[in-house]
Amino acid sequence: MTLSASTPNLAVPEQESCAEGAQPSLRERILARFHQVAADQEKTIAPLTDELVLLESGLDSLCFAIIVATLEDELGYDPFTEAEDVFFPVTLGDFVRFYERVR
Amino acid sequence: MSASASRPSLRETLLRSRRLDARRIFGAQAEIDLAQIAHGTALGGADLAGRSVLLRVADPAYSAVGLIELDGVARRIVLCPPDLADEALPGVIETARIDAVVYDRAPPPGVAGLVAARLTLPATPAPPQARVALDTEWVMFTSGTSGPPKMVVHSLEGLTGAIKPPAPDDDPPVWGTFYDIRRYGGLQILLRALLGEGSLVTTAPGEPMADFLARLARHGVTHLTGTPSHWRRVLMTPGANLAPRYVRLSGEIADQAVLDALKARFPGVPVGHAYASTEAGVGFEVNDGLEGFPAEFVGRSGPVEMRIVDGALQLRSSRAASGYVGAGAPALAGDDGFVDTGDMVERRGERYLFVGRRGGIINVGGLKAHPEEIEAVINRHPAVRLSRVVGRKSPITGAVVVAEVVLSAPASNEGAVKDEILAECRRGLAAFKVPAMVKFVPSLALSANGKLERPVA
Repeated sequence: MTLSASTPNLAVPEQESCAEGAQPSLRERILARFHQVAADQEKTIAPLTDELVLLESGLDSLCFAIIVATLEDELGYDPFTEAEDVFFPVTLGDFVRFYERVR
Repeated sequence: MSASASRPSLRETLLRSRRLDARRIFGAQAEIDLAQIAHGTALGGADLAGRSVLLRVADPAYSAVGLIELDGVARRIVLCPPDLADEALPGVIETARIDAVVYDRAPPPGVAGLVAARLTLPATPAPPQARVALDTEWVMFTSGTSGPPKMVVHSLEGLTGAIKPPAPDDDPPVWGTFYDIRRYGGLQILLRALLGEGSLVTTAPGEPMADFLARLARHGVTHLTGTPSHWRRVLMTPGANLAPRYVRLSGEIADQAVLDALKARFPGVPVGHAYASTEAGVGFEVNDGLEGFPAEFVGRSGPVEMRIVDGALQLRSSRAASGYVGAGAPALAGDDGFVDTGDMVERRGERYLFVGRRGGIINVGGLKAHPEEIEAVINRHPAVRLSRVVGRKSPITGAVVVAEVVLSAPASNEGAVKDEILAECRRGLAAFKVPAMVKFVPSLALSANGKLERPVA
């Protein structure tokens, strides 16, 4: 049996604009929060790719706590608290998928 | 008041222990050979007998050396935590009647006139000392409070009261801790390593988590301890090749999510959480994998007695501190010997769960933020009439700081006011105290006696 290649890890698009009138995607809203918190906390943030290890992004635990709290206000849920199976994301891709899965 | 010691000093305990030659303290910078420390002197033979010593080191691993050197010799050791500012030293020296200072790199400012001794490694061989005469006072600082730091007095017997002697056939443990060993939680782990015939891997401020985890793996850590917030960071760090035999949490509320995540990450490994405070000492350990603690703990007899008064946990224990340092300091325990921890609990069935701290004190990743200090900074803004700072639960740091602000008059530029408030907070406060969110509200409820109503944080 041949194993198929794993799903390619696609880089996250850098631009956050979207088509006129369309709602920003969940991914775009999450990335916008990363940029906002980095700016507020005066942190230099690494390019936001799926493979980026969260703790190597330039943001610290406090920044992630703020991101999760502000996303909860914006989206109405917090997957860390609501998920059936507990999971702590390692990469940015994990983080986005966690929000997509629990949505 | 130091009495003659009826107990062995730390150095004597080390000298009597097995496998001393193999034991180390692996610091971020220094690797300390415990046999060399036990058989020698790192203080160049300085005579600090009977003195009241300020232990002020830059490298936390050196504090372990200082404690081994001074226990049983000094009348009092004041162990400075990493965040104690130089400006606080004159007050500490006066209050604690310090007459000597032990340092590692450079003497701290403002200690002219005190006997000063430098810790240098490697230790030089020294003849065995005369049997120890003093039951040294161990003085520690309470964590994260505003205002002048408070010092509490412990004895080595009380500090080690919860530590079981090593079993003869146990493999020697290698302890690791994310805490700084100059604070109560970290000191507990240092003492477990020293009394338990083990080694210890310590971290230093600023060491990246991935580097520390790599060192823990390299030294084969078997017993690893930290706050829930530390552990969440471990769970978010890739490639950490750890195989501990025991995982322990303390210092913050351990919620079910982090306990479950650790059980999944380390299958088959016992995951325990412990309750301790600098004032009340080690209270209890919970090893059933569930958050909170069994209701049957309350009212049972034993070395630590527990009761709940107005929703707050109180402890009476021989492991508690004996008091605060300084004339006119408040009593640490009530007349009946119970220490009010300020930690609020709620009963749910057969379990008590921690719900926060009295007075709205917010625990952000193990660091305590007082709402009044933050409100004072916010209230400096001319457009602000009133503010209230509360904790909001966070799955990452346990809690984050949130500010609710009442403006003097409706502002057309709320965004600009918010930015100015946050800029002022960043100038005047540690990062964990800066509100993660600022919300404008029309009013804030006051209690009957005119104080802000504070929810349990």
